[in-house]
Amino acid sequence: MPFKRYVEIGRVALVNYGKEYGRLVVIVDVIDQNRALVDAPDMIRGQINFKRLSLTDIKIDIPRVPKKKTLIEAMETADVKNKWEKSSWGRKLIVQKRRAALNDFDRYKVMVAKIKRGRAIREKLAKLKRENPA
Amino acid sequence: MLSLLVRRRRLLHHLLLPLFRPFPMAPSQPRTKSRNPLLIPGIGKFSRSKMYHKRGIWAIKAKHGGAFPRHDPKPASPEPASKKPPKFYPADDVKTPVPNRRKPKPAKLRASITPGTVLILLAGRFMGKRVVFLKQLSSGLLLITGPFTVNGVPLRRVNQSYVVATSTKIDISGVNVDKFDDKYFKKEKKERYKKSESSFFEAEQETKKLPKERKEDQKVVDTPLIKAIEAVENMRGYLGTKFTLRSGVKPHELVF
Repeated sequence: MPFKRYVEIGRVALVNYGKEYGRLVVIVDVIDQNRALVDAPDMIRGQINFKRLSLTDIKIDIPRVPKKKTLIEAMETADVKNKWEKSSWGRKLIVQKRRAALNDFDRYKVMVAKIKRGRAIREKLAKLKRENPA
Repeated sequence: MLSLLVRRRRLLHHLLLPLFRPFPMAPSQPRTKSRNPLLIPGIGKFSRSKMYHKRGIWAIKAKHGGAFPRHDPKPASPEPASKKPPKFYPADDVKTPVPNRRKPKPAKLRASITPGTVLILLAGRFMGKRVVFLKQLSSGLLLITGPFTVNGVPLRRVNQSYVVATSTKIDISGVNVDKFDDKYFKKEKKERYKKSESSFFEAEQETKKLPKERKEDQKVVDTPLIKAIEAVENMRGYLGTKFTLRSGVKPHELVF
């Protein structure tokens, strides 16, 4: 199986370890075999090991080590934020964050809603079974 | 190091300001900060002579004709009339114990616990129940109520350490808890029966009856509370349900 996501200038990646855990960054330069220079609109440009990055499908069009302004413009035109939030990976992360921030009362409300939904499904299923006894 | 002119100007300003205040100023307040900033604990920036000058002892002396003003010496207390020699001298020197001046303070209430907070009880008869916090009593214990009709927890005292505070709050402005204090909850002293054989074999057990006033107080406190609870959707069910941990739930990661 060939690789689909390459380390290249403009590749958007997710930091999966360290102080910047969970942040979306753009690879703006490759330092050596192990490290890349990464940048994000609200971050100071810095080096990071490839092992700390998870590459995404998103790639933007930037020159090598662009100015912050250019980077931000390129991210806007490529609509990185929306693409990420619509992607299944991005949506999963949003749901995880939402679940982790639930309050005790919220968790109770979720439980009640789940029970209600399950009940509705089972009632409907039982009804269908009764109507079609085949 | 300061020039003579500057020194003179400052002196004049210092002496004349109390006499002539150019515009309405705030009334002078006694100085709270030391004039000698600490470089290191125990060592001030200025020497004794410098401090003498800064405090203006020279000016005070000048104002009082050359000497620092003193209070009249206190009249010497008269000697107690005829001290008798003690009857008994102990053989060994016994150290007098230091008097215990410790006054325990009521436990500091966690910032997350405010009147109306929903608490989760962690121990005791009502372990796991979600209850409403009313106020902190003078002993430091927390006064809570179920409310009784919602989850069976009556007006009760509970220790802060055995409680998890959630961020859910209920409006308890309609509840008056002024009459409750530690005395209200104090257990009545049981009459200690003499350990005689007859009493040992008598299987008399007095059942504890709940005084009527407790039931009424419970109702008085709970009625406005229940109104506030019904106002929020799902709140009644929430308070009626116990807190449980399940597989995969990590308490240290839960947000309460």
